[in-house]
Amino acid sequence: MITPHWQHFEHQADIGIRGFGNNPAEAFEQAALAMSAIITELSLIKASSEIKIVCEEAEQDLLFVDWLNALIYEMATRHMLFSRFEVVIENRRLTASARGEPIDVKRHQPVVEIKGATYTELAVYESQGEWIAQCVVDV
Amino acid sequence: MDINKLQRVSDYQWRIDPVNGMHVPGIIFASKELVLEMDDKVYQQVSNVARLPGIVNASYAMPDAHWGYGFPIGGVAAFDPEHGGVISAGGVGFDISCGVRTLHTGLTVQQVMTKQHELAEALYRNIPAGLGSTGLIHLNNREMDAMLNGGARWAVERGLGEEADLERIEEHGCMQGADPHQISDFAKKRQKDEMGTLGSGNHYLEVQKLVEIYDDDIAKVFGLKLNDVKISIHCGSRGLGHQIGTEFLKSMAVSAKEHGITLPDRELACAPINSNLGQRYIGAMRGAINCALANREIITHLTREAVKQVFPGIDLSLLYDVSHNTCKHEQHEVDGETKNLFVHRKGATRAYGPGHPSLPAALRHAGQPVLIGGTMGTASYILAGTKQSMQLAYGSACHGAGRSMSRRQASKLWTGRNVMQQLASKGILIRSPSLRGIAEEAPSAYKDVTAVVNAADQAGLSRLVAKLEPLICIKG
Repeated sequence: MITPHWQHFEHQADIGIRGFGNNPAEAFEQAALAMSAIITELSLIKASSEIKIVCEEAEQDLLFVDWLNALIYEMATRHMLFSRFEVVIENRRLTASARGEPIDVKRHQPVVEIKGATYTELAVYESQGEWIAQCVVDV
Repeated sequence: MDINKLQRVSDYQWRIDPVNGMHVPGIIFASKELVLEMDDKVYQQVSNVARLPGIVNASYAMPDAHWGYGFPIGGVAAFDPEHGGVISAGGVGFDISCGVRTLHTGLTVQQVMTKQHELAEALYRNIPAGLGSTGLIHLNNREMDAMLNGGARWAVERGLGEEADLERIEEHGCMQGADPHQISDFAKKRQKDEMGTLGSGNHYLEVQKLVEIYDDDIAKVFGLKLNDVKISIHCGSRGLGHQIGTEFLKSMAVSAKEHGITLPDRELACAPINSNLGQRYIGAMRGAINCALANREIITHLTREAVKQVFPGIDLSLLYDVSHNTCKHEQHEVDGETKNLFVHRKGATRAYGPGHPSLPAALRHAGQPVLIGGTMGTASYILAGTKQSMQLAYGSACHGAGRSMSRRQASKLWTGRNVMQQLASKGILIRSPSLRGIAEEAPSAYKDVTAVVNAADQAGLSRLVAKLEPLICIKG
């Protein structure tokens, strides 16, 4: 068992996000944290309200991009930031909850708006018992 | 980039020979120094674009080319619909019709400097910037469709712009052939509160002083004098364009096989121009172009109001508005024949030469103004399209500096506060909702824009006309 975690990786114009977990769902959760951390410090986002997200897609890496894009859409239209994620993947269906709060510009000092998750450096794979989900996001 | 893999055509033109399924060569316009600084990924991406069906002449890279999504940023490629040519959502990018416009203020540097702080505050107050900011305009479904069809003209008709601006915008402010029905409700919902907002990242509004003129004759035609103050706005189609890009990228990636297209990179997702999906994307993308044109027109309106608060009686007029993430249906001469082509410019500016019928009468004999944004601490440049540029790369030029360093590296090296202080000591005021955002956009995180525009000038893509330096910068 590993402790789920995330990291950013370099892309010249934009930024890469990478989540690590014991299964794809955990890796997806961690990658979502990495994405929120592009915008602001995670510790500044209160997990006070919850939304639900559902995505369906047969290919696992495309499902990963759909998941991130669904979050980007919710952030944009609800004017919210999220800091806690629970993902369940069954067959080709992802159901998730995302917890966060409305953007408070003064407190969060959001750095950038995320335009979309891309297929650049996109990969979802297992390596030595650890699941990794990654891609570059356009900011 | 390994320069040994390229054939030197001239000091500012380098060729990638067509190998391994490339239908045409790759052509990179840049100085030797800029080529050496380019990422190897640019080589790969220029070569990959040359593998797409129906590409004509060559796959081009501008002097500011860097690693993009499928296409390099700074990539130009034209496709012939009669020969299986494709349209690519990745070749346009997520921020459809992102672009720059520059306004004349009629003010001098001395006049502005007496009220520099007041002007910075007025602009920052009036123009919504940064993540989570919403505009004053909220569109219902009918108005959304009217905006998507009408572009900047729609904004002018609603009292949010000036009629005289329209002829100084590509497509006269209104891209024909938009089809709002091809734009999803998701994309429309993402946009309904975002009209007239600047966005974030590298988007900005800048008050600039004109510090150098390189071509007196063209400068006169463009209305540029030393010591003038100009205002430039850099932003795009906001959430709507991002959502359209996201959705069509996936549709095109998934259906490439059905269309018989083998993608060298999934991000190059494309569809034949003459296919249902290709036509649907073209209709949607044109709506997003109108969204960007309307957005820049509304921001101009807000800017005019802010300037009037500080300098009553001053009205701003538009020099020109360019877009640098588009695909446009254009006519070009290829081997002595006029062809109808779909020209992708991803992080590249259209740069039509003198005499082009689509240019406004007052500017036509000088060529199209080409507006190149720099960073908040360096310079921006105004160039003009040349006759030669029409032959070199379908009348295209570079679009900006391009990053030399990732955001993460930049925020490790600097803090927003010290970037602001450094710039203040040079007389530049920065206003932004995010200090970390300022650090990530620090001038030193970008390539030298001067080297880029010099290369564009030397390569013949455009002619240098004038240099601008910032006085006030509003960052998203």
